[in-house]
Amino acid sequence: MLLRHTTDKIVERHALTVNPAKTCQPIGAMYASLGIRGCIPHSHGSQGCYAYHRSTLTRHYKEPVIAATSSFTEGSSVFGGQANLIQAIDNLFTIYSPEVIAVHTTCLSETIGDDIPQIVKKAEAEGKIPKGKYIIHTNTPSYVGSHVTGFSNMTKSMVDYLSQGNGHKEKCINIIPGFVEPSDMEEIKRITSELGIKSIVFPDTSNVLNGPMTGKYKMFPKGGVTVEDLKKTGCSIGTLALGRLASGAAARALDTKCKVPCELLDLPIGLEATDTFIDTLRQVAGVHVPDSINIERGQLLDIICDMHQYFYGKKVGLVGDPDQLISLSKFLISIDMWPVHIVTGTPGKKFEKRIREITKDSPYKVNVKQSGDMFLFHQWIKNEPVDLLIGNTYVKYIARDEDIPFVRFGFPILDRVGHSFFPTVGYRGGMRLLEKILDALLDRKDRDSSETEFELVM
Amino acid sequence: MEEILSQDNSCLAPEELKQEILHKYPVKIARKRAKQIIINKVNDNDVPEIQANVRTIPGIISQRGCCYAGCKGVVLGPTRDIINLTHGPIGCGFYSWLTRRNQTMPKNEKDHNFMTYCFSTDMQEEQIIFGGEKKLKAAIQEAYDIFKPKAIAIFSTCPVGLIGDDVHSVAREMKAKLGINIFAFSCEGYKGVSQSAGHHIANNGIFTHVIGKDDTIREGDYKINLLGEYNIGGDAFEIERLFEKCGITLISTFSGNSSIDQFANAHTADLNLIMCHRSINYVGDMMEKKYGIPWLKINFIGAEATAKSLRKIAQYYGDEKLIDKVESVITEEMPFVEKAINEIKPKTSGKRAMLFVGGSRAHHYQELFKELGMGTISAGYEFAHRDDYEGRKVLPNIVVDADSRNIEELNILPDETRYRPRKNEETIEELKVHGVPIKDYEGMMPTMDENSMIIDDISQYETEKLIEFYKPDIFCAGIKEKYIVQKFGIPMKQLHSYDYGGPYAGFKGAVNFYKEIDRMVNSKVWKYLKAPWQIKTELVAKYVWE
Repeated sequence: MLLRHTTDKIVERHALTVNPAKTCQPIGAMYASLGIRGCIPHSHGSQGCYAYHRSTLTRHYKEPVIAATSSFTEGSSVFGGQANLIQAIDNLFTIYSPEVIAVHTTCLSETIGDDIPQIVKKAEAEGKIPKGKYIIHTNTPSYVGSHVTGFSNMTKSMVDYLSQGNGHKEKCINIIPGFVEPSDMEEIKRITSELGIKSIVFPDTSNVLNGPMTGKYKMFPKGGVTVEDLKKTGCSIGTLALGRLASGAAARALDTKCKVPCELLDLPIGLEATDTFIDTLRQVAGVHVPDSINIERGQLLDIICDMHQYFYGKKVGLVGDPDQLISLSKFLISIDMWPVHIVTGTPGKKFEKRIREITKDSPYKVNVKQSGDMFLFHQWIKNEPVDLLIGNTYVKYIARDEDIPFVRFGFPILDRVGHSFFPTVGYRGGMRLLEKILDALLDRKDRDSSETEFELVM
Repeated sequence: MEEILSQDNSCLAPEELKQEILHKYPVKIARKRAKQIIINKVNDNDVPEIQANVRTIPGIISQRGCCYAGCKGVVLGPTRDIINLTHGPIGCGFYSWLTRRNQTMPKNEKDHNFMTYCFSTDMQEEQIIFGGEKKLKAAIQEAYDIFKPKAIAIFSTCPVGLIGDDVHSVAREMKAKLGINIFAFSCEGYKGVSQSAGHHIANNGIFTHVIGKDDTIREGDYKINLLGEYNIGGDAFEIERLFEKCGITLISTFSGNSSIDQFANAHTADLNLIMCHRSINYVGDMMEKKYGIPWLKINFIGAEATAKSLRKIAQYYGDEKLIDKVESVITEEMPFVEKAINEIKPKTSGKRAMLFVGGSRAHHYQELFKELGMGTISAGYEFAHRDDYEGRKVLPNIVVDADSRNIEELNILPDETRYRPRKNEETIEELKVHGVPIKDYEGMMPTMDENSMIIDDISQYETEKLIEFYKPDIFCAGIKEKYIVQKFGIPMKQLHSYDYGGPYAGFKGAVNFYKEIDRMVNSKVWKYLKAPWQIKTELVAKYVWE
């Protein structure tokens, strides 16, 4: 037993987190920054933070992840990191010449209270910022929120720093795709262009964190939203924010700053959430949904219908980020599966309420916790076993100990590939998710069946 | 080797390449980096001076991590039966959770093994404002109530140092209350200039709080400790196998496949073997001063290096029985190695490697490459000090700067009851003359070729330039560099995590490594980087439209 000390006896804990279901803000900010073309994310703090974030993102995407750090030592922690950041800005523009440096803070620089805009202003006055280049920043104290909060904060900063309105509205829709994979951002762009809609998707890590192997390394790949497009977001006719937690803040900021109206939708994971996404797109842009999309939708329905017997009534345990879990829970329920244990590490008030609403017809007692951890999740499973687990790579230890089929979904996935290339959003993404769920369930059925019951056709 | 060095595709001499690299930097930065980029010149073990263990320049994009990573991740991380509790916001604990793949083998199902757990106080804004000691105490109590561990180690992260939580007094208080060993580390990420500071803080802590606490004398003829071996990919298991075969008794490993009981008993050994000189050499020194145990630098990376190290251990004891046993084990193991080398070497010979890792691996792995007929054209450490490059003879000349002064140096005196010199000075001198370099390490540069480029704390830009210039056949570094190097079309071997392979230590490990490098440098994938239409770009039209 790998988690041999986890017993079914649940003891209230107030101070100790065991096996967290979240990580800290700066990594989310770093991920979002990588979705701007020509951008170097910069971590203002000691160098361990950026090393850890780069390592985790690299392990998850299996792609180069470039970022820089202010490399605080004891002195900078006492006297402030101004000199470090100015030197870093100078070095980064001189050596690597990025278009944008996206600075995020860490718990260290937040606690000492470094004022990033003031430092950037000083760098500018000293001529350290070349003409036409940008520095944007966000505050990401690690002791507030989670990686999702960090993503949201940096995405909002893109609006705060770069979006510009000029009174004219272009026939273009902004889409804020949420803390999803590069493949998902790509799929969102594909669906939108299939509908014949011009869009600006930001941040956009497609072609940055799922790039090709060519024999040539490019520090700044051709993916990512351009600064020029980010500026234009202020002139779009509307914004769709996918995932309230990760995308809501940026969408609202854009409304306030440039009067671009926004709609906050669930992440388009699964049938209903994708329906809503496409229907909203249709109405905002005033377009007809093409048959190609109807075909995809029908194909997803076809799988649900064909394989329904294997989904029906199955109990599922879920660990992940709030936006994902809300849509995923809805999707599972739409195919007659029942999420019974749901944990997110990310704090927030609305999550539990939303999940309670979604699962209100459940025949089972539903355990749900925000600011929870995987130790508690595992204990719930010991008390009430499930048929399937869905979560990030760390869940594999629970899956092995409890011998439960497991589908990897969420962040981080450190031990498998595919997530950066194949989406889980949209109808096609739904089809892929169902394929993975079926593979896990049917592999288990094959493994567990007696020789007499072993089926050729399923 | 000269030939291997001159295979480069450009006519730039190393010195010119160095100048070209420096040219891009702002003047002040160039001046500093110039001292950290050295063209090797070996003259009777005399090598040029390199600047090391100095602050990372902000914004150069370095490979380095932090003090916490060195303390919690590297040194204490592999010890299975301690609850390692990170006091701080969630990130630090999360990132150091299982990512160093320390394999461990508890004796039975019931033994404590907390390796798969991540414990954190998950500090929130409230604790940053009002202090986190209360939450820390409560977390220790909860950890004790649920897990009943033998010991709890507490690790401070950056904000803890800033707000001034006294983790040491919390540890003392809870130790008194709960009656188990509880100790804390002030290993905030900003301390020192790299992971190295964290190793030092961790080792000092173990030395102060654990070593010497259990005087049980274990049976066995040749009792040793293995220091600086972290059991990545099961390296320690292979080394343990060899010790057992030779009849050598392993008291403790610092710290791979390790337990706190082994640490407590470590002072009963008669010899300390040092693998990673950087992370732990001072523990060897301290154990000598306090308990009279000499240390010996060994290297179990490479079959030849392994054989040599086993022979040195036997010579240290000077016991014919052990000397014969070691010889027979080597004779028994080598055919397996030779068979692999005969098959693989023709496919790897003449190829060129670069190594930029850690604080000893960049040296040790050169042995394995040599066995494959491969040369190392450039190497450097992520967090080493000058002695790791130039040898311990430079120790008296190393200027202690402010960042190093902040890391506590323990003042060690002989233990009143436990000090027992295992060898007298005369014997030690005699052993040195006979090729058993007690308390010595020659460093990496003396064993590297003339004109090879040694770079301390290499930056992203320098990595790119080196690759463009030398086009090595393989590059060794860590996860952050992995896919950058690979995008150049050059195989990249992770030497921190071994790309989830290994073990590479000892004889079996050497063979694993030969096969791995053969697979990597001879993989078909590198031939497919260009599509047929990118190689032959002219277009002959089959359809002609009027």
